[in-house]
Amino acid sequence: MNIDWAALGSVFGVSLVVTVALVGLFTLGVVSLTKKESARGGTAALAVTGAYACFAACAAAVGYGIFLIVS
Amino acid sequence: MEHITLLLGIVIVTALVFDFTNGFHDTANAMATTISTGALKPKVAVAMSATLNLVGAFLSVEVAKTISGGIINEQGIRVEVIFAALVGAILWNLLTWLLGLPSSSSHALFGGLIGAAVSSAGWSAVNGSTVVTKVLIPAVAAPIVAGLAAMLATRLSYVIGSRTDDRATAKGYRAGSIASAGLVSLAHGTNDAQKTMGIITLALVTGGVIAPGSNPPTWVIVSAGLAIALGTYLGGWRIIRTLGKGLTDLAPQQGFAAQTSAAAAILASSHIGFSLSTTQVCSGAVMGAGLGRKGGVVRWSTATRMFVAWGLTLPAAGLVGAGAESLTKQGTWGTITTGVLLVAGAGVIWTLSRRRPVTVDNVNDVESESAGVVTTAIAAVIPPPAGPVVTAPAPDRNSGPTAEPTSHATV
Repeated sequence: MNIDWAALGSVFGVSLVVTVALVGLFTLGVVSLTKKESARGGTAALAVTGAYACFAACAAAVGYGIFLIVS
Repeated sequence: MEHITLLLGIVIVTALVFDFTNGFHDTANAMATTISTGALKPKVAVAMSATLNLVGAFLSVEVAKTISGGIINEQGIRVEVIFAALVGAILWNLLTWLLGLPSSSSHALFGGLIGAAVSSAGWSAVNGSTVVTKVLIPAVAAPIVAGLAAMLATRLSYVIGSRTDDRATAKGYRAGSIASAGLVSLAHGTNDAQKTMGIITLALVTGGVIAPGSNPPTWVIVSAGLAIALGTYLGGWRIIRTLGKGLTDLAPQQGFAAQTSAAAAILASSHIGFSLSTTQVCSGAVMGAGLGRKGGVVRWSTATRMFVAWGLTLPAAGLVGAGAESLTKQGTWGTITTGVLLVAGAGVIWTLSRRRPVTVDNVNDVESESAGVVTTAIAAVIPPPAGPVVTAPAPDRNSGPTAEPTSHATV
């Protein structure tokens, strides 16, 4: 019997890291967007920029996911 | 499309029926949390999933080389064996749907193939060690991988977002979970519609209609894609309810974490090459997300029933497959009898399901009876969860008067 522990380990590691990173990023984005309403001026602009940066990173990850499916 | 014998025709139709059950069995994987957290209305969710499944069916040009991935010896396999295997897989899929239990359609197909092959050619036709590496280990690993990822992600998400208003952030999480659910649907269409195309192509090759090694004809691709999309659109509401509401209660950000972990695990497994069942990944992710919230409870009675179903999938589909194969061995009348029995069995299960139908209208109602003794005891000693958890969404948001008043498909 030949169980590919290395592949299983990679699937485990990649799933864990990618999920936690993406959910973390997305949560940061969502939280920054809600902070925008309480902040003023420069802080608000910073929060919005940060939020969109987070969302862009998540969108890139989704794009890579579609690439993986198509390829 | 010439020279298609009666048997070949029956096999093609049966393969498409399996594809259809595969679709409505697995709608829940992509859309259960999206529906239960209110990210999408049920009808919109299944329509989106169906579309992406259809698109997915056309995306990949790589034809499934083997339908069983080496579990059985496919050399010289007879068309009757494929038919018997499909009968076993379809009946098990329908039975688990009746019970509202998410179980792997691929494992059901493997089980049917094993049973039919053993009945046809003896135990030497089955690769025992491949069964362990391709079915048993993934079945244990999938929920752990996706569950742990979803649990940690949920924890992190609650830590980061602890100072925000849940109502303000819910919309964002819902949007995020729609994207993740879309990825799961697309991946499903690419993988599972391919499987049916592989089966039909193999049957056509075996029947001598097309040359060995040729790509599936266009009508095979189109019909397989349509069958899985139609199944997905009808929606396996019973399983959606179990996965979305039965296992645990999910807030929007938990649904997002669960769906993202499912998408990540599915893509990682299909790309790195340790294939995990979509159903088991998604179920694990939902449970992990449920456990990740403080005070979150997984209904272990429901989860246990689901685990039992996973364990039974291979032997049960195998037994039916073996029985069907011993019938088809008898000749044409045996094959026709098997077909009649399949239709009759499906009819009985359908009739039973009408007693307590789960439809697009009551898919989000919580099943009260599913709470077992242990769950009730745990719930009694655990303080109510922090934050507004959606236990019973307002009827006007997900169903009720806004839904079409016409009769709904009640699958």
